This record gives sequence, C-alpha cells and structure tokens, in this order.
Amino acid sequence: MFVRGLKRKCFDGEEDIEGTLAGIKAIPSYNLQRQSLLDMSLVKLQLCHMLVEPNLCRSVLIANTVRQIQEEMTQDGTWQMINTQSTGQASVDRLVSTDILCRSSREQAEGKHVPGYSTFSKDFEGDQAQDSSETMSTASSVQAPRNLQSNVWEMENPQENKGNFQKSLDQIFETLENKTPNSVEDLFSEVDNSYYDLDTMLTGMMSNTKMGHCDGLESFSSPTTTTSSSNCKSDLNELDHIVEILVES
Amino acid sequence: SLAGFGNLMQDVLWCFSQVKGTIDIGVTEADIISTVEFNHTGELLATGDKGGRVVIFQREQESKNQPHRRGEYNVYSTFQSHEPEFDYLKSLEIEEKINKIRWLPQQNAAYFLLSTNDKTVKLWKVSERDKRPEGYNLKDEDGRLRDPSMITTLRVPVLRPMDLMVEATPRRVFANAHTYHINSISVNSDYETYMSADDLRINLWNFEITNQSFNIVDIKPANMEELTEVITAAEFHPHHCNTFVYSSSKGTIRLCDMRASALCDRHAKFFEEPEDPSNRSFFSEIISSISDVKFSHSGRYIMTRDYLTVKVWDLNMENRPIETYQVHDYLRSKLCSLYENDCIFDKFECVWNGSDSVIMTGSYNNFFRMFDRNTKRDVTLEASRENSKPRAILKPRKVCVGGKRRKDEISVDSLDFSKKILHTAWHPSENIIAVAATNNLYIFQDKVN
Repeated sequence: MFVRGLKRKCFDGEEDIEGTLAGIKAIPSYNLQRQSLLDMSLVKLQLCHMLVEPNLCRSVLIANTVRQIQEEMTQDGTWQMINTQSTGQASVDRLVSTDILCRSSREQAEGKHVPGYSTFSKDFEGDQAQDSSETMSTASSVQAPRNLQSNVWEMENPQENKGNFQKSLDQIFETLENKTPNSVEDLFSEVDNSYYDLDTMLTGMMSNTKMGHCDGLESFSSPTTTTSSSNCKSDLNELDHIVEILVES
Repeated sequence: SLAGFGNLMQDVLWCFSQVKGTIDIGVTEADIISTVEFNHTGELLATGDKGGRVVIFQREQESKNQPHRRGEYNVYSTFQSHEPEFDYLKSLEIEEKINKIRWLPQQNAAYFLLSTNDKTVKLWKVSERDKRPEGYNLKDEDGRLRDPSMITTLRVPVLRPMDLMVEATPRRVFANAHTYHINSISVNSDYETYMSADDLRINLWNFEITNQSFNIVDIKPANMEELTEVITAAEFHPHHCNTFVYSSSKGTIRLCDMRASALCDRHAKFFEEPEDPSNRSFFSEIISSISDVKFSHSGRYIMTRDYLTVKVWDLNMENRPIETYQVHDYLRSKLCSLYENDCIFDKFECVWNGSDSVIMTGSYNNFFRMFDRNTKRDVTLEASRENSKPRAILKPRKVCVGGKRRKDEISVDSLDFSKKILHTAWHPSENIIAVAATNNLYIFQDKVN
C-alpha cells in the first residue's frame, strides 16, 4: 500500500514533476500511471478506426475514459503543467509516454505489487486539491482546457498535423458518418497488416491473451525515462515511422 | 426426470452430452460461434458463426431402446445466411458474422428464424421436403421442355416420396435501416412485428414489409462530439407487445411503452443502481456497461450482465437490482491489464432457465457459471475436451484468488483469456444447455437416473 508520508514529500512545493517522480523510486506515481492510461487510451482510439469498422461502444467507452482523465488532470493542475513544458513537443511527449508502455509491457519481470487505480484515486484526490492552487499560479498564462478536442488533440505546431496521428474526437466520430471519405485522411482504407503489428507492439497482445503478457501497468517499471527531452530525437524518428504506416505513404 | 420447475441446484448434476465442431488446433476464424439459440419447444438448436453460416441441430426422438441418449441433437440444416459485403460509401467492410438468431414461434410445418449481421436482418424459412411431383406434361423428368407436338396424352402429376430434404430459403431481407451495428433483434409477442437495435437507434419492423421500418428509439445526439452513451441490447416483453427494454453502455436500463408515443425517447421506467463510491476507478464506467439484457419467462424480472456481475431487477423497482451475482470478481484487481488487452470490452450474454429459478452466464478459461436464485448457491463449470466423455459428470471448478492454491484450483494468472464463453442457451423446459466455446458447441444435460 502507498505510504502517506511519501506522497506529501512528492508534491510538497515541487514544481518539476520529473524531479518528484525520481524521488518515488520503485513505486510508480499515480500521475504516471494515469498518464500511461491516457496514452494507452489515445492509442486505442487511433487504432480502433484503422480496422474494419470501429466498434462504436468500445470507442465511446475509451473516449469517456480519456475525458475522465483529462477532467481530473485539469482539476489537479497537472494538465496545464504538461502543456507548458515544451511548445510543439506536446504530441511527442504523449508518444514518448506510449513508448514507456511498450517497454513496460516488455519488461514483465518486475512483479512488484502496485496498488490498483481505485486506491490511488482515493488517496490522491485530497492531496492534489491542495497543491493545485500552487501549480495553477505557475501556469497562469495557459488557459485551462475545457474541451477535450481543443487540448488533447490539437498541436501547437500545425506541421505535426500532417501525419494525422492525432485527430480530434469529433473527427473520429464524424468519420463514422462520413459518406465521402477523404482520400488523405481516409483512415478506413483497406486493412493493412502493419496496423495489426502496431497494435501488437503497443498493447502487447496477440492471439493468446494470457495475463502474463498483459501485466503492463500492473508491474510498472521505474519511471526514470519519461518525458526527458534527450529521448525526443529517437522518438521523433519512431513517430515518423508510425505516421508513415498510418497514412500509408 | 423432466426438469426445470422447482429443481434445486444441489439436485442437478450436469453431464457432458455432445460436442460439435472440430478439435483442430488451427481454428479458422470463420468457424467461431457467435450466437446460440433454442427454438420455443427446444426441438431445434441454432448456431451462427463469424463466417455467416447458420447450423441448425434437431433433437432426435427419444427411443425406448436407448433411454440414456435422451434425445441427442444432430445437424438438421446448414446454410449461408450472410455474405461479406462492402460499403462503398464509407469504404468499409461489412462483416458477415451472425450477431443474433431469434426463432419465431412455429405456426405451421415450417420453421422460421431471424438472423442478423451488423447491418441486415433476414427471415429464413426452414422446411422439409419429402415428396416431389412427377409426371409433368410439358417437362420431362430432367426438367427439359418437351416438344408440344410430341404430346399425345395428358396426365395428372402425382406426388411421390423422396429422401427427406431440408431446405432453407430467405423469405425476407430487411436491409438499409441501420447506420450503426445491429446488436439485438427481438420478436414481439404479437408475432407480427420485431425490433432491431443498433448502437444508437431501435427500429420496429413488420414481418411482411421489408422496405420500411419505424424508428422507435433514437439516442443519436445532434452533434456527434456529444456522444457519451450507446445502446447495447434490447428486448421485447414476453407478453406485453407494447413494452420493451434497452440497456446502455452506462449501465442503465430503460423500459419503454410504445403506446405512449411514436418515438420512445422518453422512458416509462429507468433502472440504474447508484454507484459505489468506494469502488470508483477509471474503469468504473466500462465495467458497468451492460452487455446483455433478458426478460424472465414470467415477464416480471429483467436480468442484466455487465463485466463482473449479473443482476436481476424487479420491474417494479427502478432504483436498484433485487439480486446481484459476482461472476468473476477476482478480475477486479486486473482491470488495467484487461483494458490493455481489450478483454474488458468482451460482451458476455446471460440466460434464464425455463422456470426462472437459475441463471447462467459465461466467463474466461471456458468456464461458465450458474446461480440458483432460490438457494443462492452457485457453481462454476468448464467446457473442455477433457471433460467430454459420454455422460461424464462435470466437476465444479474453482479459481484461487491468492494464498495457497489447492490441488484442483486454478490461479487467476493461469486463466486463459482467449477462451471465453460469450454465448450460452438454456432449453425452454428441460435441463439441457448449449455452451459455445470458440468453434465448439457443447451440449450438457442433467444426469438421468
């Protein structure tokens, strides 16, 4: 179980989230887990409309999960912090986090017991409320994101949009309705096997869905390699590769 | 002994009866069973698969010579119900997978069923032919036209016996009425109409009219960005032809009365259980999504299945279910992994027995669960080839949730999540159940003394 004293040390007066994460040592923070869940959900939303036809129920449930996370992150101020870190890097940050997910699902050896989300949401809500006022003041210039689509999906750098890796939520649902598929943004075109490979890599799952393969966040590795900028270059190449697959260029 | 009414769980020993399907290791996806349904007498058992085929089994007459065989089910008819299609407007494939089969009550010698894929519902007539006409005047026996100038006498064609042939013909095709994927069909108790439900809309059809349907529920928001809830299942009341229910991805059930208004957007009753704040997590909504809703045979109760539980609701009490049964609560601590591998989106069905005293639903590792509503006892059984000796009694299974694992128990981490029992069916009046395990159909019966 998570120790109360340790939590206070994390959030007390710290502005740099990476620094606090380093202080937690072996147990991944609630914020990191939440971020990973967010990234996993975003990837699922993207992948789900590369297949035959998206399962609307599944898409709606995932989208609601994303909204829930975003609301909570908005309330505790961590949402703004991620946005202010580096302009134009927001999308890459998210993909870097996805990369952690890849590593996490491959590094299954840890077997550390990590408390489930439910306990964290209980424990952290109280603490984060009192710290949000501090973090809000440092990020006063950035408007609190209200609309999921204007924040999660929008790039600071419009050139990044070219890959269409991140589309707004309304576009995803609209595409279901779209009678005249746009050739460039036609993510419903013929199923490409590389999509399935991407799916396999990112979710660590193939035909045998045994629990062992899917420990993912349950056996979370140490959060030392998160959003540090030194990883960005190699991950940008990865991003290009992923984008190429997606738009079949 | 004949079963169903008043049988208590401890009196029923379930035995293996039959298994249909191959035991090949490389199962083609087309063979995966996607729906199972007994007809109203239990004489016929239909399955639909991902390849769009329907296979109907018929129970053979019980013979005094072989009383232990208790009427086995053998193949009666096989036909291709749906073919894969391509939607050119959206550049999307339409899967031929049969989502649901529903039987019509038998009114003459022929059998009728509805089968549906994501977009199109079809009415199939299954009939027997054991006679054929012979002695036409204008055609010879091979069907070739005879030269009229060669005909010197007239004769009356006669019917002669032939080998029994069972033929399935599509009598109606109900198409182009659903933008989203059909998840449910339900035959009305008036036997003249039926409904089909997709993620956002429910349509009412008359069996005789294929070019029109009447929209009775529409939850599509004007702005799709605002979409947060979808329809997951729907069913007509077994006796009141004006009443139906539909369930949602937010764990709610709405009961509607078609007499109140043409478009049933306002429910007559709204069933929802208040959330338990101590159990709240990011996965709360997903696991509350209802995957199946079924009226009891009596029409007094509805049963719903969500990811971890089965609930029984009294139609007269909207604020909470009267009974809640844990199907596999040991998965509650694994929700993140199950979200990652998409298992959390698996849609399990649930069924009542003939007397509404026992309910059944599936789980993972080819386990399925039964709950006796009267004794509150439950049992976990497994559909596997190992337990497939004729009339072998099924041994109850148990999942070990930590601590010391006993000899016959299986630990949560050893469960095979690719082996899921999503579809089961219970004979309308006897203790005979059909359990679909991937491409195999298991039939179990209670032990004959």
